[in-house]
Amino acid sequence: MSPPVVKALLVSMILCCAAAEGAAPVDTYTFADTHQESRYRALIDEFRCPKCLNTNLSGSDAPIAMDLRRTVYRLVTVEHLEDGEIRTYLQERYGDFVLYDPPFKPATWALWLAPVGFVLISVLVLLRVLRQPPAEPLSVSETERLRVILDDD
Amino acid sequence: MKRTGLFVPLAVFFLIVGIGFAGFQLTDPHKLPSALLGKAFPEFTVPLLGDPDTQVDRRALLGRPVLVNVWATWCPTCKAEHDELMRISAISDLRLVGVNYKDDAQLALRWLADYGDPYDFTMQDLTGSLGVELGVYGAPESFLLNAEGIVVYKRVGEINRRIWEQEIVPRLAVLMDDVDVPSGG
Repeated sequence: MSPPVVKALLVSMILCCAAAEGAAPVDTYTFADTHQESRYRALIDEFRCPKCLNTNLSGSDAPIAMDLRRTVYRLVTVEHLEDGEIRTYLQERYGDFVLYDPPFKPATWALWLAPVGFVLISVLVLLRVLRQPPAEPLSVSETERLRVILDDD
Repeated sequence: MKRTGLFVPLAVFFLIVGIGFAGFQLTDPHKLPSALLGKAFPEFTVPLLGDPDTQVDRRALLGRPVLVNVWATWCPTCKAEHDELMRISAISDLRLVGVNYKDDAQLALRWLADYGDPYDFTMQDLTGSLGVELGVYGAPESFLLNAEGIVVYKRVGEINRRIWEQEIVPRLAVLMDDVDVPSGG
């Protein structure tokens, strides 16, 4: 391909990405002050859309994400709930799923503690490996045998 | 003695494969565990479908076990489910209550006229706000409540013959041990 064609392709690819970025859902909500707005934005970035597994509320086009954004908006601007209260509100309705960080409780002990366990195991293995005595140097006959094996082709 | 140590990596490998295999078998990640299970059905006030001037609230669901079914005309699975709900309303005395979820009232009324109305009454949730209270994230979803309005079972997805017989009838038997519920079939 000639350089201009490549360049045109690259530009169109970049434009496609920009278009996708611009297509993220935008709601026309008005806020009393910028503090409310930044709280709202932080909250909808924090919660996970129940329908779409790996998207947050702010990034999802799903109708349920729209409803939940409206709910968060109402809780922030009308009900004047604290961030923690809003987390509890959504968690009571949609479960731990909406929180990307699972709470530390018996069902998630394994999840949270497994990394610590893995580090401990690694340290034990490392200590064992380091403590092994250095290998004995080869005797003269072994060196000779090794040379024969390596030269054998 | 030393040789057995060589099998440790293999054992670890199979352990990881086993955990992964079991993990992927466990549940459909699209099915969220309901946060409402074992808790009281939340407070609400919504109008009736087809009768917007009449408001109903939580008290309308109390007194005896009830299956609250969230449905909409835009939901294809709800159509598949509707026949089973009609069958259930014909063969059992379980009370069915509909929640028409984010739907057009005219379309919903025509749906009930065309396909039959299995519900004792249908509540209209135009904006999905009752849905948010219930943790609904798609239709259909169904909640089985006991006479005190506690959620004893939740189903995300359609109610079919298997769900009715294996999941709902046994729970109903516990809830209404003095009332005879035919299992159908």
